[in-house]
Amino acid sequence: MATQAMFLKNLQRTLGQNIRQYGMFIALFVIMIIFSITTNGIFISSRNLSNLINQTGYIAVLAVGMTLVIVIRHIDLSVGFLAGFLGAVAAIALRFWDLPTIVVVPMVLVMGGLAGLLTALPVAELKIPSFVASLAGWLIYRGALQLVTAGTGTIIIEDETFNAIGNGFIPDLPVTLIPGYHTLTLLLGAIAIGAFIFSEIRSRNKKLAYNFEVLPADMFALKLIFISTLIGLLAWIMAGYNGLSWTMVIVLVVVAIYHFITTQTVLGRHIYAVGGNPEAAELSGISVKRITYIVFASMGMLAALSGILFASRLRSATTTAGTLFELDAIAAAYIGGVSAAGGVGNVIGSIIGALVYVSLTSGMNLMGIDIAYQYIVRGLVLVAAVIFDVTTRRRGRAG
Amino acid sequence: METPILEMRQITKEFPGVRALDNVTFSVKRGEIHCLVGENGAGKSTLMKVLSGVYPYGTYSGEILIDGQPQRFSGIADSERAGIGIIYQELALVPEMTVYENIFLGHEINRNGLIDWNETIHRADAMLRKVRLTVNPATKVRDLGVGKQQLVEIAKVLSRNVKILILDEPTAALNEDDSENLLNLLRELRDHGVTCILISHKLKEVLSIADTVTVLRDGKTVCTLDAHKGEVSEQALIRNMVGREITNIYPPRSHRPGADPMLALRNWTVYAPELGRYILRDVNIEVRRGEIVGLAGLMGAGRTELALSMFGNAPGYRISGELWLKGKQRWFRHPQEAIAAGMAYVSEDRKAKGLVLIQDVRQNITLANLRALARNGIIDRNAEIQVAEEYRRSLNIKTPTIEQQVVNLSGGNQQKVCLGKWLFVRPDVLILDEPTRGIDVGAKYEIYQLMNRLVEDGMSILMISSELPEVLGMSDRVYVVSGGRIKGELPIEVASQEKIMELAVDY
Ligand SMILES: Nc1ncnc2c1ncn2[C@@H]1O[C@H](COP(=O)(O)OP(=O)(O)OP(=O)(O)O)[C@@H](O)[C@H]1O
Ligand SMILES: [Mg+2]
Repeated sequence: MATQAMFLKNLQRTLGQNIRQYGMFIALFVIMIIFSITTNGIFISSRNLSNLINQTGYIAVLAVGMTLVIVIRHIDLSVGFLAGFLGAVAAIALRFWDLPTIVVVPMVLVMGGLAGLLTALPVAELKIPSFVASLAGWLIYRGALQLVTAGTGTIIIEDETFNAIGNGFIPDLPVTLIPGYHTLTLLLGAIAIGAFIFSEIRSRNKKLAYNFEVLPADMFALKLIFISTLIGLLAWIMAGYNGLSWTMVIVLVVVAIYHFITTQTVLGRHIYAVGGNPEAAELSGISVKRITYIVFASMGMLAALSGILFASRLRSATTTAGTLFELDAIAAAYIGGVSAAGGVGNVIGSIIGALVYVSLTSGMNLMGIDIAYQYIVRGLVLVAAVIFDVTTRRRGRAG
Repeated sequence: METPILEMRQITKEFPGVRALDNVTFSVKRGEIHCLVGENGAGKSTLMKVLSGVYPYGTYSGEILIDGQPQRFSGIADSERAGIGIIYQELALVPEMTVYENIFLGHEINRNGLIDWNETIHRADAMLRKVRLTVNPATKVRDLGVGKQQLVEIAKVLSRNVKILILDEPTAALNEDDSENLLNLLRELRDHGVTCILISHKLKEVLSIADTVTVLRDGKTVCTLDAHKGEVSEQALIRNMVGREITNIYPPRSHRPGADPMLALRNWTVYAPELGRYILRDVNIEVRRGEIVGLAGLMGAGRTELALSMFGNAPGYRISGELWLKGKQRWFRHPQEAIAAGMAYVSEDRKAKGLVLIQDVRQNITLANLRALARNGIIDRNAEIQVAEEYRRSLNIKTPTIEQQVVNLSGGNQQKVCLGKWLFVRPDVLILDEPTRGIDVGAKYEIYQLMNRLVEDGMSILMISSELPEVLGMSDRVYVVSGGRIKGELPIEVASQEKIMELAVDY
């Protein structure tokens, strides 16, 4: 009895203290449950979720880049049409220049990085507001996209390697563990759970060795079980359809890299310091200019990746590809908890934000809700998420 | 006995992990100047924030009585209505607005939403006369010095009919003249019936102005002393604040500076094209190994610009002259290069230029030297924690954990975090810009001791300070700056407050 009361008290406290962190997960969960009910389970089917995640891909990678841009108190509006334009460049390179995917992808990524540097140039050197600099980019890339597709209209991509990026799945092992389920995906899920538990325990032990505050043992166990279940569930659902898609692999790799950079490296710390107080960062020997260039270049490169994912998914480059991507990415980042005041926000949050955002679209599509209402609902969710974020943050500070 | 104008009873206020106020009792008599003193983090600012409604009723426990009436403020507007006016340490004026707009900001004189500008200017003029400030009310606040801005702030608060005026370290950023001015004004206001509560770390000030002094320590009331009964003396204050005697505020140093110059400027001239004038002209100074050199002068004399221009942070300025560091001629385009070459600069403005307020103590301390803690760009988190803990201990930073955001630290403890950050760079030449601003006597003593230890280990320190006793107490040699020029160099044996002031006001 006493232990039970203790458990509940711990649970309440842990949730209370970390409401912002867990809030997004809970919101995503709730949205999924609601749609599962309203669509009689179609939403939660393996096939639909697999599709949903593939659709999230090109917004998710943009949201990751945008998070860092917003963290350093800037914005990049150009990335939507930059993605569209670079997708078209990829299509042209494949179709008309007969270049193989293995050459086209790195080439386009580099072009994206360069485009990002170009946006950063007036921002870093002349202190032009990034809103204006990137608005110029928005116009320019929109025009460029129309120019390169002017003669041909939609460019169909026939290269199957390239198309697999947005539509393909990882190959399976020649053995079958559970009939009807993708074995490699299940195995990868199991490995991910193992790695997660191992690293969590290791880091907790390290903290204990330094006498740092850690979650109480029961809460820690609960967290491990909760997240392991989530990973397991995800793997199970994916394995039930075609297994892990290449898009998902790419997004996971991007998130892993960015999560690592932002939490573990000097570069990451410098980015957040510049966002938190540029003047103090500058006087501490951090070049604000350099950080600006790096963050915008990474944004450009991720825009290129987004363009590749989108073109590959559609198996073609269209004249309107990338329209409004930038705003979707910004919305995802804000839903995920970044702050316009700078210095606050993380990539995991933004990915969850992107998932929330795309889930809404997908769920409402399944329910056959009119697009007009869809926009309104998305707007309301955005506002609600930001209000939640701001109020929980204020509460956290006032104690 | 007359009912006190203000009584705070058994006030307790907690933040996560900190009990900032613990059963504090505080009582202020009508028409007195009541000083509130105590170490950094003792809870002075918190107590005043409770009083002014920043922390609303319900977030603390205890009772507030004004004129014997219990009060429950749910916000600043309520406390203003009850006659409480507070001036925070950070000025809250809008620099781009005029003096009169600022004075009536939020309380515009209007009829049906239309502002009556004539009446506004007329009343602003009257308020300015009241605080003895002779400026045109149409001047932009940006164009006034800090001292005058402080007076505008007081005019603003007085325009709201305050009975109790609270000032949180108002003189921390003022020079001697402006401070004296301000104190005189407070005396005058008292004689006109305004009750004042003054927080200050400058004990001289407290001694000269207080009718009553309340001392806080670790969130508790230690004692209340009556100046008119002769209970207030420097020794009594220090003893009650820090709990021990400090007889000599400036610890003696046996060490003699070396002869080899570590830092030297030759004909250092800085021109600001945007302003169309020289900020610094033909500056020649030298700092030797193991020496503390004081840079005295009035605010705006160009001392901070001198430090920043050496440090590679002089955007848009045209610089000529030579900088010699450790025997080599150098030229820094960015603070990064200056730091790498062994220089460090502790800014005078810790909030704007020193700290990343939303980050925690650990992240701030290691910010300027992260690479020392990283391999292949990856930070060794455990080493970082150790470093942060080490500085927390050695500088006696008061915080529940090193994971606390520095925005939640008291002013003085924020200053210590700044110091820690730059000590971790392990510089050869340390430039301190107003290093003890807002720091309590005990901590000041610790910082002075630390400075002595650092020079004994061979570091060189260039100390910019507007507090003459500090300059005289700590320096081996003093330069006096005025109008962007070095007006004189005084060996410590011949330097005196009078001599320094004489040079400082000579344009
Ligand atoms: N918002 C907050 N969150 C957490 N802790 C806080 C917060 N505000 C103040 N504290 C803590 O409460 C204590 C008292 O702080 P306070 O600012 O009142 O000190 P102070 O006496 O004004 O010191 P100083 O002379 O340095 O300004 C400190 O330990 C501080 O860290
Ligand atoms: Mg204070």
